[in-house]
Amino acid sequence: MNLFGDPTVWLPFTFAALMGVSILVYVVLDGFDLGVGVLFPFATDAEKDIMVASIGPFWDANETWLVLAIGLLLVAFPTAHGTILTALYLPVAIMLIGLILRGVAFEFRVKAPTPHKATWNWLFFAGSLMTSLAQGFMLGKYVMGLEGTLGTWAFAAITAVFLTVAYSMIGACWLILKTETELQAKAVTWAKGGIWGLILGLGAVSLATPLVSPRIFDKWFSAPEIFLLAPLPILSAVMVLLLWRSLQRLPNVTDKGSRAPFTYAILLYILAFCGLAYSFYPYVVPEQLTIYEAASAPESLMIILVGAIFVIPMIGGYTALAYWVFKGKAAELRYD
Amino acid sequence: MDTLMLSRIQFGANISFHILFPTITIALGWVLLFFKLRYNATGNVRWMEAYRFWVKVFALSFAMGVVSGITMSFQFGTNWPGFMETVGNIAGPLLAYEVMTAFFLEAVFLGIMLFGFSRVPGWLHTLATFLVAFGTTMSAFWILVLNSWMHTPQGFEMRDGVAYATNWFEIIFNPSMPYRLIHMLLASGLTVAFLIAGLSAFRWLLGDRSNSVRVTLKTGVFMGALLIPMQIFMGDMHGLNTLEYQPQKVAAMEGNWETQSNVPLLLFAIPDEEARENRMEVGIPNMASIILKHKADGVVPGLNDFVAEDGTVMHPPVAPVFWSFRIMVGTGFAMLLLSWAASYLMLRRKRGPEGVPKMMMFAMVPMAFSGWVATLAGWYTTEIGRQPWLVQGVLTTETAVADVPAPFVGTTLAAYLAIYALLLAAYIGVLFFLARKAVDGDLPRPRTPLSGQAIAREIPAE
Repeated sequence: MNLFGDPTVWLPFTFAALMGVSILVYVVLDGFDLGVGVLFPFATDAEKDIMVASIGPFWDANETWLVLAIGLLLVAFPTAHGTILTALYLPVAIMLIGLILRGVAFEFRVKAPTPHKATWNWLFFAGSLMTSLAQGFMLGKYVMGLEGTLGTWAFAAITAVFLTVAYSMIGACWLILKTETELQAKAVTWAKGGIWGLILGLGAVSLATPLVSPRIFDKWFSAPEIFLLAPLPILSAVMVLLLWRSLQRLPNVTDKGSRAPFTYAILLYILAFCGLAYSFYPYVVPEQLTIYEAASAPESLMIILVGAIFVIPMIGGYTALAYWVFKGKAAELRYD
Repeated sequence: MDTLMLSRIQFGANISFHILFPTITIALGWVLLFFKLRYNATGNVRWMEAYRFWVKVFALSFAMGVVSGITMSFQFGTNWPGFMETVGNIAGPLLAYEVMTAFFLEAVFLGIMLFGFSRVPGWLHTLATFLVAFGTTMSAFWILVLNSWMHTPQGFEMRDGVAYATNWFEIIFNPSMPYRLIHMLLASGLTVAFLIAGLSAFRWLLGDRSNSVRVTLKTGVFMGALLIPMQIFMGDMHGLNTLEYQPQKVAAMEGNWETQSNVPLLLFAIPDEEARENRMEVGIPNMASIILKHKADGVVPGLNDFVAEDGTVMHPPVAPVFWSFRIMVGTGFAMLLLSWAASYLMLRRKRGPEGVPKMMMFAMVPMAFSGWVATLAGWYTTEIGRQPWLVQGVLTTETAVADVPAPFVGTTLAAYLAIYALLLAAYIGVLFFLARKAVDGDLPRPRTPLSGQAIAREIPAE
């Protein structure tokens, strides 16, 4: 089918876009529930139950976006999948162990005998922390072109911390939206305390990417691109300000504006993601492999795309249904 | 050990741990739907009590399945890059369809199924239960399509060492797919039947005489009694299909070295690959020929046909395949014996669970995990039986492995094994803890007073 021109051009691009959207959705959705896990040690035992209740019906579907993203990388860009994942062997293993621990701790903490609950709470925190740090580390290594030098490791260690703080910040924003009274007030404090992670993280990645790669430097800092792209950093700065101001108005008696911090945090994530996507396009493995070189056979991509066109709107629809059913402030989770 | 062997053990360990939980959720989803529909039809609260107990087991098993499944999707890339590089054009779309049609469906509706009973209308809760059960089954379908294709590949052509799809119908409906899929779905049904019977028997032995434990005990035992003959028949069909497409696997299963007629069915033997013969054989004369060829002098292929001129062995390691197969079949016959005897005793003069002697109730408790044993043994038979191939005749396991330093693989393997052992112990412990708690009367607690807006969202139960 040559409806849109050469399928070896538009199919890889479409799949790169789909994969990008999945990663973005994953980072926002699992970002907030990982963040809630990272914030666990700051909460009382009763608050921990509410925190888990606020993410309980969603976390499973949130993690499925990671499976979709990695699945798209696997099916659409098989060569890149192998190169990237073998280069990130250890952080991937740490992330997976973290995901295992936190995923099962959700269930065990309420089903195991009561004396064991503290242990599972701790494992839930530890798993969330391991996952967030590992993802931040992978982001850092990817930005540095997947090289194994000492500088790369140091930079990746820094992004690991920043991403974890950024996750806990969006997690706190989610809690502001879903909780009330003392816990909500605490969440406001946590969110304020987490903004620096977001700013420094954004700053570090924005500075490092053009410095590491002359190609990316040229993409950003030559005329006329520099003017066309200027709205991106400016908007990000505006979002940070708006986020800060919305937090200062919370908590309040009518709960007015409790949705605002989460909304601004999502917008910030989107802006940051667009910046990264622009920098790295058309490469899927930085400076080594473009999406066009790494793509699977067009006939295989086509058959997935046909399914995706029907299925992805349905996924969107019933995900929205789930968020609607469990809308409002979090209540105790019960099977009856 | 080298990277290849460590990677194989690592993937084997992950996939073995993973399959335990989908094996439960695939069939348990449908059993839960059955409980819910019985409740809708009769209004009898014992069905809802059964639902509430088993939905907890479902939730726990589902979480274990999800997290161990994510691990595997990454390991394709971290440990086996050659797999996707060679057959990615075929495996890719099949995996993508699994994620798109199954994973999201089950993950999203699981929330409503677990926590939505008082929040959504009754029909939506029943629909969510159905969609979760349907999702798990779809997932099994796609993954078994891919697995079967790796055993009996067709519908593709090789260009420059990479497989390209030529006919998707042939790929999906490849020769071993229907047999393998039904064999696995029945295995899942049996695993759940014996798990339900075993945990219910445990509750019974602790003195639980509630109506809900009676219905679950009966459901488990009758379900097992009904499915096991179907499984034995299906297993035989699957074996004949394997004989046609992967004779070397059947030769290893039977421990048959030379292609010959009048092959005995070996009950015991120690296959010796160095000497290329069996030691301490105990067998039933002609029986293997009768099972596989339906006549006593039927010719059964032997392992020695699968050694190349230069001595390269192109058949699977014999002892693991030979023994896994016997463990699977032995467990199957133990299931047959127990479920039929218990069914007979319960149906005789309609005595119900009271008709089952205490000894038999005791036997049911360890048999709660017989489905796991048989399923794992069956998968070891078929997967080790495919070696040295990863995709039969197309790609060997050796060429697909990643060039990762062995110590990396070894360290992560040790970490995975430690976590899996811990989680498995915790899982089994919690199952029995939940059963014990149910015996003590797990009455619905009064709802904790909720503040302000949260309580306004609570819709009265249907």
